[in-house]
Amino acid sequence: MKRYVSTTVNGDRVEFLADAGATLLDALRDELELTGTKEGCGSGDCGACSVIVDGRLVCSCLMLAAEAHDKRIDTIEGMASGSELHPLQQKFLEHAALQCGFCTPGLLVAAKALLDANPDPSESETRYWLAGNLCRCTGYDKVIRAVLDAAAELRQARV
Amino acid sequence: MPQVDYVPAASVEEATKALKAAGPRARILAGGTDLLVQMRSGRVRPAVIVDVKGVPGAVGIRREADGGFVIGAATCGAEIGEDARLERAWPGVVEAACLIGSTQIQGRASLAGNLCNASPAADSVPALVAARAIAVIAGPNGRREAAVETIPTGPGTTSLAAGEFVLEIRLPPRPARAADAYLRSIPRTEMDIAVVGAGVNLTLDPRGRVAEARVALGAVAPTVVVLEDPGLVGSELDEAALERIDAAARAACAPISDKRGTIEYRTKIAGVLARRAARIAYDRARG
Repeated sequence: MKRYVSTTVNGDRVEFLADAGATLLDALRDELELTGTKEGCGSGDCGACSVIVDGRLVCSCLMLAAEAHDKRIDTIEGMASGSELHPLQQKFLEHAALQCGFCTPGLLVAAKALLDANPDPSESETRYWLAGNLCRCTGYDKVIRAVLDAAAELRQARV
Repeated sequence: MPQVDYVPAASVEEATKALKAAGPRARILAGGTDLLVQMRSGRVRPAVIVDVKGVPGAVGIRREADGGFVIGAATCGAEIGEDARLERAWPGVVEAACLIGSTQIQGRASLAGNLCNASPAADSVPALVAARAIAVIAGPNGRREAAVETIPTGPGTTSLAAGEFVLEIRLPPRPARAADAYLRSIPRTEMDIAVVGAGVNLTLDPRGRVAEARVALGAVAPTVVVLEDPGLVGSELDEAALERIDAAARAACAPISDKRGTIEYRTKIAGVLARRAARIAYDRARG
């Protein structure tokens, strides 16, 4: 059975029809053609499908599209301002915090949720926060450095 | 995936009606972190998914006039972890709830989901049982209350009748000099399922001796094991008392051997975790 869903994605009002059993990830990729959000495991273990729903970081593979009705969804596509990269994106490039790039959108969205909640996380807090984002290329160290560097830059920008 | 319907229930009546109508082919959706995985794997094929998050009272935390807490059954772990008053009163329940899964899972996973998924290794359940938490159950015949340990009846099965769902988890008022703690053992520091879990809830008398103790163990039997008298009452948690709780925990275990641990390992670790959690709860209660 199809459900009518009206929701806000990256600040834009969108409407679509979703199968009642379809996930938010399915709707983002197949209905809204926002393919930056990736499907890794499909079972909530890898974090590649991370999005922010009403300010909370979630796996879009573990949420029904129908549940997104009247919610505020933020995806990787909303992170840069036009052609200007978000500091996290810039720092991921500078620190070479990606190789194949498949986990990168999820890591960036998860890292943004961290810095929104805690502008000055310790390395340990950052590692625990990102424990649900699996990366098979980088060994994580460059990712953590990039996030901490971006956090420092964002704090500077606030002063 | 076969045809499935989604019912966003806005009231207890809507939820119970939809659940009753579909009978065993209905599934309750709170955070969905177990349900959607089970649907994807084909282990469950519901005809109707009843989302209870829109039912008044299902999401949110409130403190009662008597000092007890009411946690909406579908409240996510992250929200539980952000409630400073709840954490001061029930640090063991909060640490158990917040151990479940990653940051992403914490954004969705709920206490009622953890309870009703009825995994023997559920992290929040031993802590809730040690805390004497009560589940408020809504159903076609009105509301009833039940001790949380009476809900899971075995791996994946519950005592809920057709049309019933857990609406609230209630924690009793806290006396002075009382605290709880939860510890679990996993082979790494994050993102795993308990090999053993131990919840300990203590109340001390004015002289610092244990006046009341309740200990609950997870992942060592089909359902949570409660130690009614672990040999702590009257003690100042000296080495002899810790030896008694260690022995009582080991004696109460009825675990299986699986890829996470053997019977012998689980039994030994149950004693160690009960002892350590008791120490933490005792130090917290003394302040």
